[in-house]
Amino acid sequence: MKLVVFGWGNSARGDDGLGPLLLARVAQANWPDVTLIEDFQLQIEHALDLQGSELALFLDAGRNTPAPFAFREIHPRADLTHTSHALAPESVLSICETPLGFKPPPSFLLCVRGDTFDLGAPLSAQGARRLEQAWLFLRELGAERNPEVWRARITGI
Amino acid sequence: MAFLETATSPEKLRRIAIDPLTRVEGHGKVTLLLDAENKVHQVRLHIVEFRGFEVFIEGRPFWEVPVTVQRLCGICPVSHHLAAVKAMDAIAGYRRLTPTAEKLRRLMHYGQILQSHAVHFFHLASPDLLLGFDSEPTRRNIVGVAAEYPDIAKQGVLLRKFGQEVIRHTSGKRIHGTGAIPGGVNKALTKAERDEMRAGIDEMILWARDAVRLVEKLHLSHPAFYNTFGEFRSNMMGLVDRHGALDLYHGGLRARDADGGTIFDHVDYTTYQDVLQEEVKPWTYMKFPHIKALGPETGWYKVGPLARVQVCAFIPSELAENERKNLLALGGGKPVHGALLYHWARMIEALHAAEVIRDLLDDPDILGTDLMADKSERQEEGIGVIEAPRGTLFHHYRVGDDDLVKFCRLIVSTTNNNQAMNEAIRAVAAEYVDGRVITEGLMNHIEVAIRAYDPCLSCATHAIGQMPLEVDLVDGDGALVSRRRKNFSGAA
Repeated sequence: MKLVVFGWGNSARGDDGLGPLLLARVAQANWPDVTLIEDFQLQIEHALDLQGSELALFLDAGRNTPAPFAFREIHPRADLTHTSHALAPESVLSICETPLGFKPPPSFLLCVRGDTFDLGAPLSAQGARRLEQAWLFLRELGAERNPEVWRARITGI
Repeated sequence: MAFLETATSPEKLRRIAIDPLTRVEGHGKVTLLLDAENKVHQVRLHIVEFRGFEVFIEGRPFWEVPVTVQRLCGICPVSHHLAAVKAMDAIAGYRRLTPTAEKLRRLMHYGQILQSHAVHFFHLASPDLLLGFDSEPTRRNIVGVAAEYPDIAKQGVLLRKFGQEVIRHTSGKRIHGTGAIPGGVNKALTKAERDEMRAGIDEMILWARDAVRLVEKLHLSHPAFYNTFGEFRSNMMGLVDRHGALDLYHGGLRARDADGGTIFDHVDYTTYQDVLQEEVKPWTYMKFPHIKALGPETGWYKVGPLARVQVCAFIPSELAENERKNLLALGGGKPVHGALLYHWARMIEALHAAEVIRDLLDDPDILGTDLMADKSERQEEGIGVIEAPRGTLFHHYRVGDDDLVKFCRLIVSTTNNNQAMNEAIRAVAAEYVDGRVITEGLMNHIEVAIRAYDPCLSCATHAIGQMPLEVDLVDGDGALVSRRRKNFSGAA
């Protein structure tokens, strides 16, 4: 099953880099048949990266996420907005449908709780612990690349 | 004192704060002071400046800086990358790049301009322009545009993608690329990469021209509104080449006054401190740059697309120059100053960027392999200036004998537009808020004026679950009267 994994954030801003750090773990682990996308933030053209994939995983850090992390399925949402240049993953999925005209694959978000987002800040001690916890979880997801199995692992947020 | 900058008796007034709470380095806030009849007495845009940027850079080896600065901003990392490397060229002792290296850097830069302008117009501005400032807020976004204008939305996605591909091919990676290094570039363009981009560029030019025409059509549908919304007269500044043409990668500084008269011309940007200085105001962290000879009261200026297309004598690509003439015709020989005209000028620049990319791809030098210049004597100090998508960007460094950066000063485009954005929202507040009941639509009018400048208020960090917008109404004693929030779904 073709998987695309997005890890976004800025590792120069403390825990904001948790997504890219998890993505780097996936790269090191050499998962087969996977496309890895790293960026500072999600943007409209990332919808194109979903074309042809059968399963998608978004890796992010969140301030208000329950610790250590939350895992949930996400769906296209046309009503999400923002005041900045960044898109929510649900909006990226929505752009697949309109205007690009294809159905996005089953998609999931693994969001790790972050505490420190200041420029130049290192990964926090708690962030480092949560990274390890999230990686253990992520390895299990990678071992069974199946939307039904992933749905059974949803944490409820 | 500028119009509506400071109220005479603020203690008697109610305070409204439009306060996006998102993003670490990009926290902008608008405050308005109103009396009992909602008459506006004071309007200010406060931006927490890019805190810690200089500290983040100081102490690092100079050769590392062009890569490190990309982490300052997730919106325009390429602009910081290139401004920094231009400064480091001088410090490392490189005076003149090879033709291939300079053209590859230009290709990267114009790719950045194209993708940034595309995402701003199609993603950030078009919801206001196509759906209406007062439209349903939960639909006033790119997805709402996609639903009603699918072809336009799709072109926006693909233009952005094309620009990103230009960056990837010239820098080696989608992000954190190391394409430009002191003295040149470290990656040649392959023929396959060139051919791939060349195959797509003609369609990009067509779409960019359609986007210009779309903005023009919107303006012509309601010219009195579009031409005067957020309008104020000001000086303008930007880089031009030695012929006076628009050059977004390199040139001399030129400033014009509000009537188009020349204030200074072809100023070597390494002497920028002779012509520009910054003022500090107690109510904001962000400085106010101005033309030294004119002083802070009258010497402030605007930068970015609308300034650039009027500072230059011409745009050196045919289609964009024709569109520039159409835009300038609005002024009947005088500069135009409406805030929404930024969108028109921005799309003209996007068209120009696409034309430049085509011409660079057709240039045999672009496939050259002579990537590094000859090295001469190292310098302690270097200054790099570039026209970033949002305006003139200054990077100024001093390096010690140990090769570590000991001084860093950045004047980013948004800082150069600080006073201009304040003037724009004051004009909008006076026209649309004064004496009226505050609604989400009116709040959005102020945001529309700010967005016209495409300020970099939120960049390289994000966190799911933060509140995008909060508006507090506080009485003269500071007590909270009411609070309106726009939640993550956009509902007020």
